[in-house]
Amino acid sequence: MSSTSTSPAPAPVPPAPARAPRGPAVYHPTVGRLTLRALLGRRRALILMALPALLLLISVLIRTQTGADDRAAAEILGGFALAAMVPLIGVVAGTGAIGPEIDDGSVVYLLSKPVKRHVIITTKLLVAVGVTMLFTALPTLVAGVILGGNSQRIAVAYAAAAAVASIAYSAVFLLMGTVSRNAVVLGLVYALVWEALFGSLVPGARALSIQQWGLSIAERIAAPGAGIESEVGLAAGIILLTVATVGATWYAGRRLRALTLAGEA
Amino acid sequence: MQSDLGTGKAGAARADRAPGGAPERAQAPDARIMDIGYRAYGGERLGRSYARRSLFEHSLRGAYGLGRSARSKVLPFLFFAIVATPALVMVAVSVTVGIDELPIDYARYAVWMQPVIGLFLALAAPHMVSLDLRFRTVPLYFSRPIERLDYVAAKLTALTTALIIFTGAPVLILYIGALLAKMPFGEQTRGLAEGLAMTVVFAALHAAIALLVASFTPRRGFGVAAVIAVLTVPYFAATAVQFVAYDQGNDDLAMALGLFSPGTLIDGLQGLLFTDETDFPGNLAPDGAIAAAYPLVIVGLTALCCALLLRRYRKAGI
Repeated sequence: MSSTSTSPAPAPVPPAPARAPRGPAVYHPTVGRLTLRALLGRRRALILMALPALLLLISVLIRTQTGADDRAAAEILGGFALAAMVPLIGVVAGTGAIGPEIDDGSVVYLLSKPVKRHVIITTKLLVAVGVTMLFTALPTLVAGVILGGNSQRIAVAYAAAAAVASIAYSAVFLLMGTVSRNAVVLGLVYALVWEALFGSLVPGARALSIQQWGLSIAERIAAPGAGIESEVGLAAGIILLTVATVGATWYAGRRLRALTLAGEA
Repeated sequence: MQSDLGTGKAGAARADRAPGGAPERAQAPDARIMDIGYRAYGGERLGRSYARRSLFEHSLRGAYGLGRSARSKVLPFLFFAIVATPALVMVAVSVTVGIDELPIDYARYAVWMQPVIGLFLALAAPHMVSLDLRFRTVPLYFSRPIERLDYVAAKLTALTTALIIFTGAPVLILYIGALLAKMPFGEQTRGLAEGLAMTVVFAALHAAIALLVASFTPRRGFGVAAVIAVLTVPYFAATAVQFVAYDQGNDDLAMALGLFSPGTLIDGLQGLLFTDETDFPGNLAPDGAIAAAYPLVIVGLTALCCALLLRRYRKAGI
């Protein structure tokens, strides 16, 4: 990787720059800008916009039809926002940040630039997290306020859960984007089959789901009577979230370093 | 053959004459266009229905990755294993423990396994139509004797058949297991018929929706996400709002909300026709006027998707 060879330089040639100027350590603005444009351009933005719009529409309808209601708020935010909207947007943003580039081969041009591959990953992760949060946590908060006026801190609790889950989902799905060409399908398998189906069959599977880890934070923030329950405790939830995020990011960086560009049919 | 002989003779004649004198222009009458053996197709013309059947068979095999690379077989068969395993486990338990009733109704199996079936569908539908759009092979199909209707019908029946196999096989496994466990034959056969009927309705509705969505994008990855989104987002939304309505004691509204997603439509239909039980809040099944709306909406939605799909291919260029 390192281009600085330590061969004994002969004559006092003009002092070769010891190293290429160090780029930013975490976030590379140009890479970030390009990723953002890829994520929000084209028709991807449509899916990203449609889901929060639907959530807000449902919230407004329920509020006008039945008035403020904490149970309704908890059901809509827990059953739709956190269970469906956050994973789906996480899949689109997380895999979309890198998957298409690897797929069509244009990632070569990015990798040939003097930017560390870990920096590329963390940059893309930050952008994906930002997009996911913008399209999930913010609408969740607004919907919660519309539905129940944030009584018992339900709106804030679910928004926080969505925000935290966004980070972990983005990291995990970004990793899938570097691992497989079928990243979207794999991500959906995790979100739908593991979290929704196996979670309802095997209680143990629930403890290993990002949704539940996020809920552990919501459970702590909301008032005790709000009816938010998580399979894991707060400490376990935070530890698992951190491990999943850091581990996935680190491994995604490794994958990108070892990426082979052999075209396969 | 014949033409070869002809040229041979002509060449020999010319060679004979050559030593005598310089080759003259006088030989012009010999010049002619050689018949080098191009032949018209003389075999049997298999026609439109044969082309349609080939397209159907090719698409159906493609849905399971047959005739494609080994990598493309992994996911379909993995999903098939996931969808069939619970049935096998239930059968194994029933046979060994010797209970006299299966733990799940035949008609509810497809509804229960919806997430996996949706994933299979999201994989199969874009493969069927997106690649043709992406590589611009659609105009080539239409240069054959098939028509727009044939193409759409072949793709649609292929996807429906693939889905029927996918969801019907576990139902059959349940049935065979039930007979092995010596459960009453008549009752089980009736259950199997109900289960297969629901499988067909499920497959027709979902195939029409998924194929329509997939036919709008030439990019496979986007198609997968779009199909999943169209199937799951309404389901989660409808279910969440159903719970709100149920909590407020408005059962009729909760039942009516079931009309707004493919998954709840099928669940409601099997509830009102066969099992009287659904995954709706309170496990209620639709009844009264709303119950009549379920079959109507299912038929209407399927027909609408088919019509839109036909319309989609009106312009053969893309």
